Amino acid sequence: MSDTINVSYDTQIPNNVGLSSDRRVLKALEKWHPGYLDWWKGQGPDGFQESLVYLRTAVSVDPKGWAKFDYVRMPEYRWGILLAPQVEGRIIPCGEHYGEPAWQEVPGEYRSMLRRLVVIQGDTEPASVEQQRFLGKTAPSLYDMRNLFQVNVEEARHLWAMVYILQKYFGRDGREESAELLQRRSGSDEKPRMLGAFNEETPDWLSFFMFTYFTDRDGKMQLESLAQSGFDPLSRTCRFMLTEEAHHMFVGETGVGRTIQKTCERMREAGIDDPTDIGRVRDLGVIDLPTIQKKLNLHYTLSLDLFGSEVSTNAANAFNAGIKGRYRENKIDDDHRLQDATYPVSEFTDGKIVVKEVPALTAINMRLRDDYSRDALGGVKRWNAIIRKHGFDFELTLPHEGFHRQIGTYTGAPITPEGEVITPEEWAARRDEWLPSKEDGDFIASLMKPCWEAGKYAGWIAPPRVGIDNKPGDFEYVQLHMA
Amino acid sequence: MNKPLKQHLIDPEICIRCHACVEACPKDAITFNDDNVVVDAAICDGQMACIGPCPTGAIDNWRVVATPYSLEEQLEWMELPEQQEIAAGEGEADSEALDDAIATLLAEAHKGAGGVARAPASAAKPTVNLHGLENPLKVRVQGNFRLTAAASDNDVRHIILDLGPGHFPILEGQTIGIIPPGEDAQGRAHLPRLYSVSSPRDGERPSTNNLSLTVKRVQGGVCSNYVCDLGRGDEVLVTGPYGSTFLLPDDPEARLVMICTGTGSAPFRAFTMRRQRVMPTVNGRMKLFFGARSPDSLPYFGPLGKVPQEFLEKHFAFSRVDGKDKTYVQDRLRQDGEALAMMLTDARTHIYLCGLKAMEAGVEEAFNDIARASGLNWAEIRARLREEGRYHVETY
Ligand SMILES: Cc1cc2nc3c(=O)[nH]c(=O)nc-3n(C[C@H](O)[C@H](O)[C@H](O)COP(=O)(O)OP(=O)(O)OC[C@H]3O[C@@H](n4cnc5c(N)ncnc54)[C@H](O)[C@@H]3O)c2cc1C
Ligand SMILES: NC(=O)c1ccc[n+]([C@@H]2O[C@H](COP(=O)([O-])OP(=O)(O)OC[C@H]3O[C@@H](n4cnc5c(N)ncnc54)[C@H](OP(=O)(O)O)[C@@H]3O)[C@@H](O)[C@H]2O)c1
Ligand code: SF4
Ligand SMILES: [Fe+2]
Ligand SMILES: [Fe+2]
Repeated sequence: MSDTINVSYDTQIPNNVGLSSDRRVLKALEKWHPGYLDWWKGQGPDGFQESLVYLRTAVSVDPKGWAKFDYVRMPEYRWGILLAPQVEGRIIPCGEHYGEPAWQEVPGEYRSMLRRLVVIQGDTEPASVEQQRFLGKTAPSLYDMRNLFQVNVEEARHLWAMVYILQKYFGRDGREESAELLQRRSGSDEKPRMLGAFNEETPDWLSFFMFTYFTDRDGKMQLESLAQSGFDPLSRTCRFMLTEEAHHMFVGETGVGRTIQKTCERMREAGIDDPTDIGRVRDLGVIDLPTIQKKLNLHYTLSLDLFGSEVSTNAANAFNAGIKGRYRENKIDDDHRLQDATYPVSEFTDGKIVVKEVPALTAINMRLRDDYSRDALGGVKRWNAIIRKHGFDFELTLPHEGFHRQIGTYTGAPITPEGEVITPEEWAARRDEWLPSKEDGDFIASLMKPCWEAGKYAGWIAPPRVGIDNKPGDFEYVQLHMA
Repeated sequence: MNKPLKQHLIDPEICIRCHACVEACPKDAITFNDDNVVVDAAICDGQMACIGPCPTGAIDNWRVVATPYSLEEQLEWMELPEQQEIAAGEGEADSEALDDAIATLLAEAHKGAGGVARAPASAAKPTVNLHGLENPLKVRVQGNFRLTAAASDNDVRHIILDLGPGHFPILEGQTIGIIPPGEDAQGRAHLPRLYSVSSPRDGERPSTNNLSLTVKRVQGGVCSNYVCDLGRGDEVLVTGPYGSTFLLPDDPEARLVMICTGTGSAPFRAFTMRRQRVMPTVNGRMKLFFGARSPDSLPYFGPLGKVPQEFLEKHFAFSRVDGKDKTYVQDRLRQDGEALAMMLTDARTHIYLCGLKAMEAGVEEAFNDIARASGLNWAEIRARLREEGRYHVETY
């Protein structure tokens, strides 16, 4: 029997799923591996493949073993297949099969639905690596550069996680989907990634932080609900991915927080009391708070779109089938079938926002999105605490759910961040008050100068309060090797 | 009286509410609301399963408290409270160790500093007492090597302990306890003996979860003989880590004067290796004064020889070499008096003394003389160094 906690290295691919005795899947993955490495070398961090990066790698999936730190060249990172330990007696947590033993094999009737879910999740993983490909060149510190690369190698590992499920449980279809995952490209005209937000650019580091805070958090919520799947291998793989996802949340929350911290510090030093005095603040070489709010508006709303339509039969079917649960399904106290329950959903009709009670089963997406917004609010509160601590009268807020939406009931609706319905003309005229303008982007871009001396930080961002792995302030998180 | 407790707390300013710790805790001691994630002191038993999964380091915070902070209080926090002064013994805050017996040993060992010891301002934050007498950590011997010549009657061992999956974070300068098996004459289990860790925080080699000790065989000694006779693979019960003041400044600019005899060299090996790992090119900042009977009874004589003199300026004092005068570390200090006098007034200087208690008096005298010769007052300088966390004594 294979030891399922510790990772075995007896195949090329580190794993805790007994790959060495599963010849078929091992061969399939070994065949996929070279293409994957080509993808990484071509689409992974540009210009840093030879650098030694202080990364954490999991050596086992129990809490003590999954955060081992060492210097690694990224192409030599031990991407592996790691599933959280199987829970004895686990049941299908929701839907019409609620209470039956969790499936260890794909239930035939749900095969294509399940495959689609896995492919969509899988597609986001390499997409973000592609989006962040050039950020290393403008890293504001070696610390931030290291965090970026950690996010990148872990997203790439998430691709492995999904490809394993495809190869192991979906036969020929799975092999083809795995190959496709390496062929689509973020932002490509011919073969774009599947979801909108994953084809956007990540032009600067504030975008990167906002992306990891808001968009990776969508990923986190999706993984949370797939971790509640009745298909046990998917649940286990997502549970382990969530531990890695936490680092991505961290990079986003502290990245934005440190940006705000620096802005506040510099404004105080310069005796600026009015945070909306944008010109003077920008002259200090820091990003003014109103612009940070605009970036927040953009990334939050793009991320809301990722949850799909408020009312969705696809989501209802997945829940009913027991292959995708709600956030913390196993902690919710109800019938887990949603036979009679309703859920309030807003609708935009005739230029008005109305709230309707709809069958909870069809409002699964909406509920997850609400959980997401609550989760996202936590960091905003921390950011505001930083601003308050420096004595400024300014508050960051999450915009109204109807603002700047491309999917669902609010698609294209002219709604302000405060939730006021206005005319399309007025909305278009005021767009740049709420969303980053070209000029805002140019200003931020002008600050994106690399700062690569150990322990030093670019002028627009504060150093972190604690180092990674408790390292001291001047630790060399990346030993650069420039060709 | 309430025995002070070391309470596990989460720093709300650093925590990102990811709940990785909540999932990891086998005791379900961690709960949360929308704002904060908090540890229930009544449930947490210090297993540390939550430390590794935390992506932020928020989880690694401790306060010694007479009454634990309640869940309700913690859920409201916007920031972590400062460590309060806790009455212990003579009314001093005591966070070097929580077990009384160990705290007493350490207080005794640090007495030579002449007042309350403080950590260097830039030192990393130590973890103390993860494993108390009630829950020692079981580790395995990875190696036991004799450091002194076979012909020397001084038997000092380099012991490597493999911590396996255990969480036992140490900093250079800290000590650990070893519980020898068996009972004392009164039929009670032996108390742990303290040993300085001689490897840097990230292990004998970078990123190995192990540590080394430098242990001298004491005639008739219970623990030292047990340790010196251990073989590879043997299991050992350890406690600690202990010590929150005898630490290395995390500052490349710091000037270190390290004075030791015998096994007192252990923390300085750790200091030197740490600096070699993180600031290998910073030269001219460390001096080592090391006393032993002869080169073949001086632990690490060979390896020390390979450390470049620019990186670590070595001054050996041998007391029993045929045909040579008896020399003690204090004699070497005097010989280097001019350079040391300059350093005494440099705010970057840190002085460390470790090893034989007997050397304290002689070293004091030497510094007195060195200071006087330059018109300085050693007592005043020492007090200032100590208050600023730049004078450290650990003798036994
Ligand atoms: C802060 C600190 C750090 C330390 N660091 C180190 C270190 O890095 N390395 C190191 O080697 N030591 C270190 N020590 C010393 C160590 O803790 C022990 O005190 C030492 O190893 C002796 O312990 P033992 O159990 O072998 O001796 P014990 O059994 O405690 O005996 C102590 C003394 O009593 C005598 N004795 C005991 N039993 C008998 C008997 N039946 N008949 C006659 N005499 C007897 C012994 O000869 C010995 O001299 C440190 C101590 C402190 C306080
Ligand atoms: N006690 C004995 O007669 C005897 C005999 C044979 C073997 N041994 C063994 O040999 C071992 C010695 O090992 P070790 O080198 O580690 O000895 P140590 O006792 O740790 O002493 C280390 C060095 O410190 C010196 N020292 C002693 N008093 C000092 C003082 N007041 N100020 C400054 N320096 C002082 C010692 O000199 P000096 O020791 O030269 O004074 C020696 O050079 C002992 O453990 C013992 O078991 C002891
Ligand atoms: S793991 Fe760390 S960051 Fe995450 S909730 Fe726990 S303490 Fe906070
Ligand atoms: Fe991911
Ligand atoms: Fe992510």
